Amino acid sequence: MAGMRIGMQTIALSTRPAICGNAAYAGKKEGEGPLGTEFDFVTQDELYHQDTFELAEKQLYLDAIRKAIRKGGAKPEEVQFLLGGDLLNQIITASFSARDLGIPFIGLYGACSTMAESLALGSMLLDGGHAEQVVCAASSHFCTAERQYRYPLEFGAQRPPTSQWTVTGAGATLLSTEPKAPVLANVTQVCMGRVVDLGITDANNMGAAMAPAAADTLLALFSDTRTMPEDYDLILTGDLGQIGHDLLMQLMREQRMPLPDEHYTDCGLLIYDRETQDVHAGGSGCGCSAVVLNAHILPRLQSGQLRRIIFMATGALMSLTSSQQGESIPGIAHAVVLESPAAGTLPLRPA
Amino acid sequence: MILMYLKAFLVGGAICAAGELLVLRTKLTPARILVGYIIAGVILSAFGLYAPVVDFAGAGATVPLTGFGHALAQGVKHAVEESGLIGAFTGGLSATSGGITAAILFGTLIAFLFKPHAK
Amino acid sequence: MDKQRIHTNPQHYSWLTDQLSPPSPLGSGLFQAFWVGGLICMLGQAISDIGVHLLDLNARDASTFASISLIFLTALLTGIGVFDKIGKYAGAGSFVPITGFANAMVSPALEFRREGLVLGVGAKLFTIAGPVLVYGVGASVIYGLIYALFIH
Repeated sequence: MAGMRIGMQTIALSTRPAICGNAAYAGKKEGEGPLGTEFDFVTQDELYHQDTFELAEKQLYLDAIRKAIRKGGAKPEEVQFLLGGDLLNQIITASFSARDLGIPFIGLYGACSTMAESLALGSMLLDGGHAEQVVCAASSHFCTAERQYRYPLEFGAQRPPTSQWTVTGAGATLLSTEPKAPVLANVTQVCMGRVVDLGITDANNMGAAMAPAAADTLLALFSDTRTMPEDYDLILTGDLGQIGHDLLMQLMREQRMPLPDEHYTDCGLLIYDRETQDVHAGGSGCGCSAVVLNAHILPRLQSGQLRRIIFMATGALMSLTSSQQGESIPGIAHAVVLESPAAGTLPLRPA
Repeated sequence: MILMYLKAFLVGGAICAAGELLVLRTKLTPARILVGYIIAGVILSAFGLYAPVVDFAGAGATVPLTGFGHALAQGVKHAVEESGLIGAFTGGLSATSGGITAAILFGTLIAFLFKPHAK
Repeated sequence: MDKQRIHTNPQHYSWLTDQLSPPSPLGSGLFQAFWVGGLICMLGQAISDIGVHLLDLNARDASTFASISLIFLTALLTGIGVFDKIGKYAGAGSFVPITGFANAMVSPALEFRREGLVLGVGAKLFTIAGPVLVYGVGASVIYGLIYALFIH
């Protein structure tokens, strides 16, 4: 039986699409962080042997996708759809990669929520029987994001303590109904988020702009699936950073659905050592949640160390134009529930 | 001589520290602060308040961007005295042409010689 | 569906955000801007003195000579990737002096060179410095008109 919608926003995937390929390509600074040894590849050169930083990001994206497909025991021509996006105008990283790959392309823009958005849509395509194999990908690059959203690299300005550091990296995930490689995790539910805006206008405080959307999606997921935060080994947000993390905890306390401290963290806090790497509030960018999920989280689901998790990437849906016109920053968060293929899946509380 | 350097250091440092206060305690971007500083320089100079600071602190007053505004205002003033109303249009850029030309020239030159560095 | 699932309002959330966002440390920030800014001005004074005593320039030309020298130095430091580190440390200490104006012109020209000589280098030179010139020149013209019509 195909999947069904439960509640207003959540879809239960009865066929439990399998994740069987994963790849994370990261930059130098990310390689020097706490997860440095877990990435498939760390480039020491931010230009990645290309002429421009934009081409470097595209090459990271392309290489991550090819690696994920290869690790999943497949070939590019056996993949029906590529779902993905990035942060650059008109998502050129994703579409230029799709040009090189020749896989039918569904371009997505969810700002930094793109990894979860693509996983959610890809899983639904499989669950609905519309495809047997899809690949999902997202990326960001510090140098391309910086010139598009902030200042030139050599401009001497200070960053406020609330600002976050855009991750250089690309992550790709292969989803399959008939996996040819060991299964890393199964996607059991997806929850598509609403756009939520509580009026934050400070582009140097993205975590604060996105935290309300994260709370909104979490509350929807818990209510639709009749679960509690304690039913998950880990609730992982995408790139809220320290301030967004603290705000989400506070918002959830106020909604009487507190997140247990030891079961909630954020990819932006995992990827860098904030004491020594000078990244202020933490990491951000599409690549942040994409590389942390693929390099750090999926292997732990495969081993059974994590049994059921919520992976929820958050995005800030502003542009330079809207920011300069003084508009507030709308946020979005998409969640996917991932379960370990290992025996002894976490039982749900009796309702 | 030594005293002049001390005064340049103290006054220049104070003008910069005031800018930093705006950076740390307001949401103003560097570009907005610079615009504010140059307009402030023109206004202070127009009221005759900036010239005494230049006499007192030398480069401590001319090197910060308020000094750029002062140079614009003084240029306009002298040009008006020499050639009347038309001086309001010619004086400002004439007086500051050295700095502006240097920035354009060296900016272009450096853009050809170097590449931006990854951080 | 209830449109507002999170029961809070923008005023409360804005307050909460301010509570949880750490402010920049004031003391060290001001001190760093002060001593770097002061040092740059002192350097300007030294170059100006060289102009007067060694190159026989008058006071106004010596001041222009100091500006040009500082702009050249900034352009070079921007090119080799050092100026942004000074700016990160000193903040207004390096962008309020003429060095900041120079860095604001050189850094985008460098960054956008790949977009071509006309719309890359040529246009982007003025993305940050343009407004400074526009409002500086604008203010001086207003002053000039008032001076010519009412004072002179």
